[in-house]
Amino acid sequence: MRYLPLTDGDRREMLAAIGVGSVDDLFVDVPQEAWRDGPVELPEHLGEMEVERAFSAMAARNLSAADVPSFLGAGAYGHHVPAAVDHLIQRGEFLTSYTPYQPEVSQGTLAYLFEFQTQVALITGMEVANASLYDGATACAEAVTMAARITKRKKVVLSGGLHPHYREVTETMTRFLGIEITAAGPDWRGGEDLASGVDDGTACVVVQNPGFFGHLTDFTPLAEACHAAGALLVVVVTEVVSLGAVRPPGGMGADIVAVEGQSLGNALNFGGPTVGVLAARQKHLRQMPGRLVGETTDVDGRRGFVLTLSTREQHIRREKATSNICTNAGLCALAFTIHLTLLGEVGFARLAALNHAGAVRLADRLAGIDGIDVVNDTFFNEFTVRLPKPALAVVDALADRKILGGVPVARLIPGRAELEHLLLVAVTEANTEAHIDALAEALREVL
Amino acid sequence: MAIVRYTKEHEWIRVEDGVGVVGITEYAQEQLGDIVYVELPEVGAEMTQGAEAAVVESVKAASEINAPVAGEVTEVNQNLADNPGTVNTDAMGEGWFFKMKIADPGEVDRLMDGAAYQEYVESLS
Amino acid sequence: MADVDATLTGNRGLALEEAVIFEQDSPGLSGVDLPAPEPGPGNDRLGGLGRSGAIGLPGLSEPQVVRHYLRLSRMNYGIDSGLYPLGSCTMKYNPRLNERLARLPGLGGLHPLQPISTVQGALELMDACAHWLKVLTGMPGITMAPAAGAHGEVVGLMTIRAALEARGDARKRVLVPESAHGTNPASAHACGYAVETIAANVRGRVDVGALKAKLDADVAAIMLTNPNTCGLFENDIIEIADAVHGAGAFFYCDGANFNAIVGRVRPGDLGIDCMHLNLHKTFSTPHGGGGPGSGPVVLSAPLVPYAPLPMVERRGDGFALVEHAGDSSAHPLGRVKGFHGQFGMMVRALAYMMSLGSDGLKQVAEDAVLNANYLLARLKDTLSVPFEGPCMHEVLFDDSFLKDTGVTTLDFAKAMIDEGFHPMTMYFPLVVHGALLMEPTETESKATLDQFIRTVKGLAKRARAGDARHFKEAPRLTPRRRLDETAAARNPVLVWRPPPSRAAE
Repeated sequence: MRYLPLTDGDRREMLAAIGVGSVDDLFVDVPQEAWRDGPVELPEHLGEMEVERAFSAMAARNLSAADVPSFLGAGAYGHHVPAAVDHLIQRGEFLTSYTPYQPEVSQGTLAYLFEFQTQVALITGMEVANASLYDGATACAEAVTMAARITKRKKVVLSGGLHPHYREVTETMTRFLGIEITAAGPDWRGGEDLASGVDDGTACVVVQNPGFFGHLTDFTPLAEACHAAGALLVVVVTEVVSLGAVRPPGGMGADIVAVEGQSLGNALNFGGPTVGVLAARQKHLRQMPGRLVGETTDVDGRRGFVLTLSTREQHIRREKATSNICTNAGLCALAFTIHLTLLGEVGFARLAALNHAGAVRLADRLAGIDGIDVVNDTFFNEFTVRLPKPALAVVDALADRKILGGVPVARLIPGRAELEHLLLVAVTEANTEAHIDALAEALREVL
Repeated sequence: MAIVRYTKEHEWIRVEDGVGVVGITEYAQEQLGDIVYVELPEVGAEMTQGAEAAVVESVKAASEINAPVAGEVTEVNQNLADNPGTVNTDAMGEGWFFKMKIADPGEVDRLMDGAAYQEYVESLS
Repeated sequence: MADVDATLTGNRGLALEEAVIFEQDSPGLSGVDLPAPEPGPGNDRLGGLGRSGAIGLPGLSEPQVVRHYLRLSRMNYGIDSGLYPLGSCTMKYNPRLNERLARLPGLGGLHPLQPISTVQGALELMDACAHWLKVLTGMPGITMAPAAGAHGEVVGLMTIRAALEARGDARKRVLVPESAHGTNPASAHACGYAVETIAANVRGRVDVGALKAKLDADVAAIMLTNPNTCGLFENDIIEIADAVHGAGAFFYCDGANFNAIVGRVRPGDLGIDCMHLNLHKTFSTPHGGGGPGSGPVVLSAPLVPYAPLPMVERRGDGFALVEHAGDSSAHPLGRVKGFHGQFGMMVRALAYMMSLGSDGLKQVAEDAVLNANYLLARLKDTLSVPFEGPCMHEVLFDDSFLKDTGVTTLDFAKAMIDEGFHPMTMYFPLVVHGALLMEPTETESKATLDQFIRTVKGLAKRARAGDARHFKEAPRLTPRRRLDETAAARNPVLVWRPPPSRAAE
């Protein structure tokens, strides 16, 4: 029992100090009906080596996107994470601390969250950002309820370019709140008209850039249409690296931006944990959910940081809080911040340019294969292709060749014939020329 | 001469020429501590007696301020947006929250006067 | 402070000052070497939507970045640093094996949308983690999807609401004891329910009479934390469960304090319908400065069909992932988070459970309860105890021992910081005045507890001796002393801005 420091001698001494005969006497308030003779029906404890062996065996039954050519995206991207990131986030002072309620012994956490908020505000082109939420999809749902509070309206329009999981999460999380959601059909060709659906009952329109199918859109006219009707524009960004190359939502008139930050600093982790974040206009600050860190001074006049504006939160406002969220994704936010700090202005722009250039090369390469149509005119590092066969079968055939060739649209939006042949293909800096060759070659074989 | 009346929730209302000026009492501001934010009602809002009209926040607490009587909000104290601490320094004066057109003067008459409120506060400690 | 120790740098030996990254900008530097992109600019597909102008991110080299974050880390207190007796937070040791396993390329490197045939080991792992949690709680169903405890709460309540709506009876209210954590009412509200508070009795437990009086055909659920936030076991829980079920309502149990009973008592034997488990509490996944968490929710049989998506199912020799309502024979709630839940936290939690096993987990609960009762026994004559023991995994004191000293609970906690301890939870639960809630957890040795006890006693003596100033000025020895939270809230500065002179350049 390597994690338990008490010895049997300690236990005896402590029971004597308490004045009871056995530890059972401390459980007297548990009803007798629930007492058990002995442990539950599960295996007994194991040494570190045995546990490691069991996990290695489970890991070996997977084909890791980290080990083979992978072109998977659709909201989770395999980027290279610098070694320093993982080293620093495993410092015990970061890893094993809690929410920074005691600022005098939490300046490390508070300072990096302040840096995180600033970085997010800068790259999204917004005025303020919170200290993170669970993930991009739940951030999207929070943005919608935030918009409903600000506008005191109930109607919400979701773009057909919004990630299907984000749509589903938003629908579920608002289901019992009287919010009426209208979700546009899958906009795989791009160019949908959302402005005509906005009226004086609309709380917000939610769009995504780059869209789920990869298209880039200038949402400035939509923002103007929303504002003219008293509605807000929520822009979702599922690939945060795009902000190094693409005009940010803040420059298009967005009121709230919901971001999935996994691409910076965070491994794929089979989809979680990742890091969500909300950025917004300063005037909407009071309606933001989640923790916020602010700058202040200590009694000696030195600059320091504290959690602030806590009266929005559940532990004070209870049922009137802006959200029930307590913690955030602190350690994932730290990984994001360290990675972005390592990149800096020059590195972030170059990383984005590399991703885009790789995607351009692959798109041109796939366009040259008989039977494949590249759907997109515009994209960042991910685009949609139409295959001559159902995409689900094609990716299975590619997986047999140890290539993760992309995400079939039908995996996320099943049951629509017109989407069956569509495949989302993403490229990051981690993809080599050899990966691109391998995919092109394998596609020629399986199609 | 303006009359001032008090509620058990520690709001005061001062009636000047038929207009009610509303704020929180010295006792209330002391209990709340340093006030950091005041959320004010919209001008034109119709309040019933006891309806939530404003929210006052300290670092670790938020309290609702209710309309002491029914009526329409005619003006709010914009100064509190930038200087919420005014409520601490001058609760009964510059720290007023909003003004209202009083629907039923009888409601004012039924509130506590200064002496009754003083007695009420003393009973709380 | 007297400035005899003042230094030119502001540093004090190993205690190093550190500016924020934006103040360390060397324009043009980067800590990551990347090749030049090909094709270069001019051949882009950005459709004229390329970014123009600088973002404003600072440039630093790798050694500068490493030093910066290392220095920041040293301004934090963690479980690895020392005793962190934050009540209701279960700050136990976070095993490093778990971190290593979560980073195996075959686990941490998996993309969530790989073909199912390529992630059979991951689905097996999720299924195994779910199995352990179901057996430990004695419950038939579970959803692994929620991202954190609070998220689990709202998802659990939504599941309850979906089940009620399916029988045409959504109901309107949720009952919550007054000792509840603030998330409980916030979660009920997020699910469209009105919240009604139930009073506590003089023993610090739910007043069963008051509860029964409020139970009617409009009550959807009761949310009860057990052991409760006073650190006490709700010994009437079976009677409560029967009453709740008798009224056609569901019993939601907040599992935040499961560490007290894990491996020893199964909540399923107590009549509950729904309970979230904070993997970062009982199951040792790191708190990480506030996340990421994970909040699986165990479910009773009537709720299982309404659990959210996705779900792992055994099919033949392998595992399937049910991702869409159409693929399920049940009536799933829908999706509550992107992808499949906090997989990385499930890896850690399963590694923890397998390391301890059924025998070790039972010992965890017993040692956690023993440690808390040891604090109670040794401190009850010094501090003031609002409710009779024994307590469970945490012990509650109130501030009457500080009466007339001029020292508050907050001051006392700040003095604990100077002594090298993280403070206990303060001013929560709200049912007692000036609460101090201490949860030592099972991973503290007797020697550490004895040192903590001596310190608390010494400080209490000092407070009663009239030395209020010592407490009012604490902490003295931290990177920053007490911070002006009022100024921070009155004039929120949430992002770094360049000083005016530089901005004008």
